[in-house]
Amino acid sequence: MNDLLTIADKTFHSRLFTGTGKFSSNQLMSDALIASESELITVALKRVDVNNEQDKMLKSIMRPHINLLPNTSGVRDAKEAVFAAQLAREALETNWIKLEIHPDPKYLLPDPIETLKAAEELVKLGFVVMPYIHADPVLCKRLEEVGTQCVMPLGAPIGTNKGLKTLDFLEIIIEQSNIPVIVDAGIGSPSHAAFAMELGADAVLVNTAIAVSKNPVAMAKAFKMAVEAGRMAYNAKLASVKQHAEASSPLTSFLS
Amino acid sequence: MNTSFQSIFDTYNWDDTLASINAKTAQDVEFALEKTKRDLEDFKALISLAAKPYLEQMAQQSRLITKKRFGNTIQMYVPMYLSNECQNICTYCGFSMTNKIPRRTLTDAEILKEVSFLKEKGYDHILLVTGEANKTVGVPYIKHAMELIKDQFSNITIEVQPLHQNEYEELIQANLYAVLVYQETYHRAEYKKHHPKGKKSNFDFRLETPDRLGRAGIHKIGLGALFGLEDWRADSFFTALHLKYLQKTYWKTKYSISFPRLRPHSGGLEPKVEMTDRDLVQTICAFRLLDEDVELSMSTRESETFRNHIVHLGVTSLSAESKTNPGGYVIDPQSLEQFEISDERSTEVIAKMLQENGLEPVWKDWENRW
Repeated sequence: MNDLLTIADKTFHSRLFTGTGKFSSNQLMSDALIASESELITVALKRVDVNNEQDKMLKSIMRPHINLLPNTSGVRDAKEAVFAAQLAREALETNWIKLEIHPDPKYLLPDPIETLKAAEELVKLGFVVMPYIHADPVLCKRLEEVGTQCVMPLGAPIGTNKGLKTLDFLEIIIEQSNIPVIVDAGIGSPSHAAFAMELGADAVLVNTAIAVSKNPVAMAKAFKMAVEAGRMAYNAKLASVKQHAEASSPLTSFLS
Repeated sequence: MNTSFQSIFDTYNWDDTLASINAKTAQDVEFALEKTKRDLEDFKALISLAAKPYLEQMAQQSRLITKKRFGNTIQMYVPMYLSNECQNICTYCGFSMTNKIPRRTLTDAEILKEVSFLKEKGYDHILLVTGEANKTVGVPYIKHAMELIKDQFSNITIEVQPLHQNEYEELIQANLYAVLVYQETYHRAEYKKHHPKGKKSNFDFRLETPDRLGRAGIHKIGLGALFGLEDWRADSFFTALHLKYLQKTYWKTKYSISFPRLRPHSGGLEPKVEMTDRDLVQTICAFRLLDEDVELSMSTRESETFRNHIVHLGVTSLSAESKTNPGGYVIDPQSLEQFEISDERSTEVIAKMLQENGLEPVWKDWENRW
């Protein structure tokens, strides 16, 4: 079945996006990313030595079919985010940007107001903007209106591996969105990823759960399979939990 | 953002859509009934022939969902026809240009007299209706009428010719709350047959009217098909498709669906496809099962018995004591109506009927200063 994901001008076979943080070595990261078969890999601009063409992390990621998604992790407001995005465009030669603005250093929760401001500005500057946000359905529509190419609501606080704690809101976001919905942050196990895909998410982004597992390469492969299974189940249309109507006197007897 | 429904609509084929609805099975219906969130494929199943044996189940669910979202209330509104002048030929409408009837457009004094009657009845939501005659009842006339009465109504809705975005913006500035614009039928070729002359013959301009309204920032848009012109199942599906597109695109706007069935009028067109009472109940319930939040509206076209029961099945707004001729309440009660109404009970009787059924008639549900 031809079920590709398109974002802006790119088409993806894999709906598993991955990150590059928290691995114990660049080699292990590289092996895990290969096992994941992910085609979009996010990298924190703050971790890249933009003046060094031989940057080891970048070198261990880059392969022909890999798309690099620089993120603005570390910035605290819209102004800093726009600056970081411009730096990333110049250094990494991509106009794709994962917009992350979290002024809160403890939980790294995204700032919705600064994110919307930065998104609007970055779209005007020609960026393909992928905003990391709380699972806020109204914010998602506002971002869609300013022209972001997708939304990336969190499932749970970043790095917690707690799964889809924002389930009720993710369901609303998926129902309402005209652009791809990528569940980001909080996904801690392949079953969480499969569940997100069964709900109708267009993709998931996973980093910590792979990077800090005992066997990141095997875990990356498990995530790959879970995302495929979840997507297949979504396309096959899940059977529903049975709902019974309350018994009461017939409402339609007047028609007979 | 400058999308439009037409780009989606054009990817559908009427015959294929109807065939897909007719192919739905009992299993598809049961599947749809078991779900909590339903999509357009489920809607097809619920309006299909295969769903007929499941009508009582649909009604029970529709009632529960409606009570959960809207409580035990029914919004009350009343239409006021401002003019029967019209430059369109519509095969099913009493106002059609070729019909030799006396034409009338209400003056300021006449509008205020009619308003005075309706205010005494308790109405605070009003629907202003005109034919399509741009020179006499164009935007300046509509705007003027709205300004004349705006202090007396919390909520003004119009059902007039499709306008341009800037014209809607102008009327919204003048406190317009909602616009009803029915596609009549989504069957392009049949639409042309029923609208051979006049601006209304432009199918696409009408189809894209809700887009223009959405872009203008209207609070509420009312959709609907005139059941009887074409196959009601396919027309219901396209109405639902339209609704879902609009909800996703103009997400700050509310939506309502109306269910007009072709009624006798001076033009004399007989329905091509009969929609029975049972079919209409099925359609109303299917819309409620598709969407918990959409307002469902029932006019006085339907009979007393039907309206007494339908208020429990998903409908959320009701008109009463309607006159479909300009000046029909006080000025000229005997002039020709646009269509015959079936439920002629007074507002007081309808309100009492609702209360006896455990429902509260709501007269005011908007504040026009917002």
